[in-house]
Amino acid sequence: MTTTSSPSTTLLGAEDLNLRRRRLTDRLMRLSATAAAGVAVAVLAIVVGSVVIKGASALSIPFLTQNPAVGLGAVGGGIANAIVGSALIVAVGTAMALPLGILIALYLTEFATPRTAPPIRLVLDLLNGTPTIVIGVFIFGLLVVSHSQTGFAASIALAIIMLPLMARTTQEMLLLVPGDLRNAAHALGVRRWRMILGIVLPSALGGILTGAILAVARAFGETAPLLLCDSVFGNTTSLNIFGTAIPNIPMDIYRYSESGFPTDHARAWGAALVLIALILVGNLSARAMLARQRRRLAGR
Amino acid sequence: MSLSPPEKIAEQARSLLNVEVAGESAAAAGGTEVVYELRDVHVHYGQALAVGGMNMRIHKNVITAIIGPSGCGKSTMLRTLNRMNDAIPGFRLTGEVLYHDRSIYERSIDPVEVRRRIGMVFQRPNPFPKSIYENIAWAPRILGLRADLEERVENALRAAALWDEVKDRLKQSALGLSGGQQQRLCIARALAIEPDVLLLDEPCSALDPIATASVEELMHELKRDYTQVIVTHNMQQAARVADRTAFFSLNVENGSRSGVLVEYDTTKKIFTSPGDQRTADYIAGRFG
Repeated sequence: MTTTSSPSTTLLGAEDLNLRRRRLTDRLMRLSATAAAGVAVAVLAIVVGSVVIKGASALSIPFLTQNPAVGLGAVGGGIANAIVGSALIVAVGTAMALPLGILIALYLTEFATPRTAPPIRLVLDLLNGTPTIVIGVFIFGLLVVSHSQTGFAASIALAIIMLPLMARTTQEMLLLVPGDLRNAAHALGVRRWRMILGIVLPSALGGILTGAILAVARAFGETAPLLLCDSVFGNTTSLNIFGTAIPNIPMDIYRYSESGFPTDHARAWGAALVLIALILVGNLSARAMLARQRRRLAGR
Repeated sequence: MSLSPPEKIAEQARSLLNVEVAGESAAAAGGTEVVYELRDVHVHYGQALAVGGMNMRIHKNVITAIIGPSGCGKSTMLRTLNRMNDAIPGFRLTGEVLYHDRSIYERSIDPVEVRRRIGMVFQRPNPFPKSIYENIAWAPRILGLRADLEERVENALRAAALWDEVKDRLKQSALGLSGGQQQRLCIARALAIEPDVLLLDEPCSALDPIATASVEELMHELKRDYTQVIVTHNMQQAARVADRTAFFSLNVENGSRSGVLVEYDTTKKIFTSPGDQRTADYIAGRFG
C-alpha cells in the first residue's frame, strides 16, 4: 500500500496548514462572488440614481401632458406625443407578437416531438440574440426604403424583437402546468384543444402575461430599429401609424441629448426618467404576478 | 422466517390483515356480466416488455383490486383499460382488450371516446385550479351535457359524499379543500360525465387514514352503479374494498424485469388460500 504525501490526519495537529489555506480560499471565493453581486446592484443604482437626479428637475405635470414647445431652444412643453406614440407602437407590436408567441409556445409544449422541439427552441434563442439594429435594417430595407418611415414599420421590428421572448417565457410557464392536470382532462374524454383552452392556458395565464409584460418593457426601450424606421416625426401627437413616423420616447432621448441647448438636455433626462420608470413598473408588476402564479400552481 | 406450509401462511395472512375479508358473496351476487375481457395482453415500452400474460375478466358492479410489488405493471395494466398509455412514447400492446365484447384497441375506435366512457381517478388528487363548481361542470359542459348542469354538479358531489361539506362554497377554489376532499372531488368530477367504469390508480396513497376511510366507504356505495378497478399497494385496502383481486408479480429474466399476472380470483381466495406460492409469499409480507 502506498502512502500519500499529505500528513496523517489528526483533528488539531499536522493538517493545520492545509486546513488554513483551504479556509482562506473558501473565504476569498465567497467574498469575490459577493462583491460581484454588489457591483451589479451598484451599477443599476448609479444609472437609475443619475437619471432620477438629472431627470427629476425636468419632470412636471406639463412635461407629461403637453406636446413639445416649438422652436429651437424653446422653454416648456413636454413629451406627451412621444409617450402616446411609444405606447401605440409597442401596443401594435404586442398585438402581433403575443398571439404568435403563445401559439409557438403551445406548439413547443403540446405538439412538437422530441425531434422538432429543440431546433425551434434554438431558432427562438438565436432570434432573441440577434442585434436589434440588424432587425431594424431588415425592416428598413423591407418597408421603409421604397415608401417612408412609419410607426407600423417600427411596430413590426419591435414585434420581431418581442416574439422570441414571449414564446420562450410562455413555453416555460406552460411547462410549469402540472402533468396531473393534463392527465385529469385527458381521462375525462376531452379533446386536446379543449384541454389546452380550458385547463392549460388558464392555469398558465399569469405567467404568460408576465412574459408579455417583460417583453413589452424591453420593447419600450428599444432604440436601434426606431432610429431606422421611425425617427423623423413632428412635434404633434400622431396616431396615423400606417402613414407617418410616430413620435416616441427613445428617439426623443436621442435627439434631445444630441442638441446643443441645455433645456433640451434636461428634456432628454426627463424623458429617460419617464422611460425607466415605465420599464421598472412593468418589470416589478410582472415579477409580482409571476410569484403569484408560481404559488398558485405549486401551492396545493 | 423459515419456510412455512401454505396453510400456515394463510393463517398468518389472516392475522396480519386482521380485517374482515370483503366480497365473499359479491362475486356471486352481482358480478356475472363481463365488462372487460383481457386476452393474452402484453404491453411493451419500446423493446422492453412492461407487463404480460394478462388473461382476466372484470365483472360488472364489482370492485376489482390490482395488487403487487412496485414495478410489476399495476398502473400500466389499469391504464390499458382506458387507453391512457397511448400518449407514452414507445407504447405497444398485443393481445385483445375487449370492453363489452368490443376491442378498444381497434383502429376504428377513438381513444377519446373510450376515456369518455371510462372514468379515472389518479394517485395524487389533481383538481383543476378552478372553483369547486367549475371542476365538476367543466367536462359535462364541453361534452354536451349542458342540460340541468347545476343539478348534475349536485348529484355528482352527492354521489362522492362531498355535497354537505362544500355546498356553501361551490364558488371557492378547489385547491382550498383538504387532500381527502380533493380526492373525492376528483371522483365526483369523474362521475359527473356518467362513465360506465371507474378506474382508481392508488387513490389513497396520498391521503391520511381518515381520508382513506372516507374514500373506501365511498367505493362501497358506488358499487351499486359502477364497475370499479382499483390499483393499490396496500393489501389491507384490497382486502377491505375488493370483491376480486388480481396479484401481479415481477419476473426477472436475463436481467430485464417485467410484470406478470400471477393469480386472479375472489379476494377471499387470494388472501386465505392462494393458489400460487408467490402470491402466498407476497400476502405474508415476505417481499415487495
